[in-house]
Amino acid sequence: MHYMFLLIGEEPNWEDVSPEEMQKTLDEMEKYNDELKAAGAMIGGHGLRERATASVVRFSGEGETTVTDGPFAETKEQLMGFWIIDAPNLDEALAWARKAPLQEASIEVRPLVEEEGEEDITGEDLLRRVQDKDR
Amino acid sequence: MAGADRASAVDRTFRQESGRAVASLIRVLGDFDRAEEAVQDAFVVALERWPRDGVPANPGAWITQVARNRAIDRLRRDRSLREKTAVLEGLEAMRPPALSPAEEVASEEIEDDRLRLIFTCCHPALAQEARVALTLRTLGGLTTAEIASAFLVAESTMAQRLVRAKRKIQGAGIPYEVPDRAQMPERLSGVLATLYLVFNEGYLGSSSSTLARVELSGEAIRLCRLVVELLPAEPEAKGLLALMLLTDSRRAARVDEAGRAVPLEAQDRSLWDRARIAEGLELSARAAAAGPVGPYTVQARIAATHAEAAGAEQTDWARIVRLYEWLDRVAPGPVVELNSAAAVAMSEGPERGLELIEEIEELDGYRPLHAARADLLRRLGRDPEAAAAYARALEIPGNEVETAYLERQLAEVRAAGSR
Repeated sequence: MHYMFLLIGEEPNWEDVSPEEMQKTLDEMEKYNDELKAAGAMIGGHGLRERATASVVRFSGEGETTVTDGPFAETKEQLMGFWIIDAPNLDEALAWARKAPLQEASIEVRPLVEEEGEEDITGEDLLRRVQDKDR
Repeated sequence: MAGADRASAVDRTFRQESGRAVASLIRVLGDFDRAEEAVQDAFVVALERWPRDGVPANPGAWITQVARNRAIDRLRRDRSLREKTAVLEGLEAMRPPALSPAEEVASEEIEDDRLRLIFTCCHPALAQEARVALTLRTLGGLTTAEIASAFLVAESTMAQRLVRAKRKIQGAGIPYEVPDRAQMPERLSGVLATLYLVFNEGYLGSSSSTLARVELSGEAIRLCRLVVELLPAEPEAKGLLALMLLTDSRRAARVDEAGRAVPLEAQDRSLWDRARIAEGLELSARAAAAGPVGPYTVQARIAATHAEAAGAEQTDWARIVRLYEWLDRVAPGPVVELNSAAAVAMSEGPERGLELIEEIEELDGYRPLHAARADLLRRLGRDPEAAAAYARALEIPGNEVETAYLERQLAEVRAAGSR
């Protein structure tokens, strides 16, 4: 199965972070990403620029769109990055999420909608899909 | 036996024995609903046959076999050839279970299925209330209506909770697996916490005690027994089972003929269930001897100390205080501090107990704190303060039987004060 890891946390005040600390954080993250790649679990991912750089395209429902600055809601916690992970089941996905080099943050683990005819299918996957179709 | 009695005996046996069939079918069918459907089909057959031919010698194996056959029938009807092949192969590969006790071999596969099911139902990615509902539904074989009435929610609410939980298991890819060694302690503690919650809901339920609630405690004991049987190397499972048995042994003495609550020190100990105590004592001793002692085992040792005493005065309160100190190290928290203070009050006198209670922070909304404080103030002859504390306890909602007890105490203290 594929899971998206949404990294949610409070954006640090980058001016308060020393270059050494910054480098340490980056190194740890790189090490984690390398580990994911080596295990064949990494499909992709990235860190996101700060929220101040975000723009929103809003659909009004009648074919009209408007563009505005910034995020939907003024919450302290926000999306800071994401990974797409390949894992056989939730337990393995959670085990990867727990290994992420984070201090105070959360990772929301969301399964992706599975597509038909995707890569190697095990008997159990097949079974699951047969049942999904029956619903 | 009257027809209705016979039907309810079938119902009871069936539901207690159906867990293993559900567990095995979930593995093969990969789907909770289909497994439950097949077992429900088997129930219809049992209702017809058991009263006539008698309950089979090994009801669990009988249910598994009949449910498996019904699942095959349903599949043959429901699915196209290509789709059903894989599932049918799985069903046909299911070892036909032995139908007489003589033929019964310890079937590792079936036991593993039940263990998988417990860990899936109590997965940390499910909400606690969903874990409870799913465990009682699939392993306990309780109906949705029974679970709903035990937890005082509408049947439709409970049905929705179950649907959502099953959807999450499937959608999120929660595995049907027994966790590995590294994860076992954390995952097992999730399973035990769920069972303890079910037990407590039945034992101290937040509303009056109804039959359904008594059954809830019995169900928790039965499921905990199963965990002990399936994971014999885990001392905390034994510790929890011992704690439940020792606590439940006092059930008949907790309420008098008029339905009023009787505190531990005033209970008629001849009403305590000796068989439960004997089993609880043995299990708690084995759990304590087995290795690092966890919080359930320590609590079981405390309950054992009460069970071994002939009366409140003969209780080894100093030992209970030591056990609470131990509990405070392995599972610290304000409720432990409160219980510890109550034990100190018995062992060293009410003044010292009261001092310790006054030191506890963050439990102001907890009814037992004010009730315990009121009792100690009363024992110290400080009636007006005791009355105020009882009144404060009564402001906090709780069990009806307990409310009546506190109201009685308050009336007595006030009457004594006005003399």
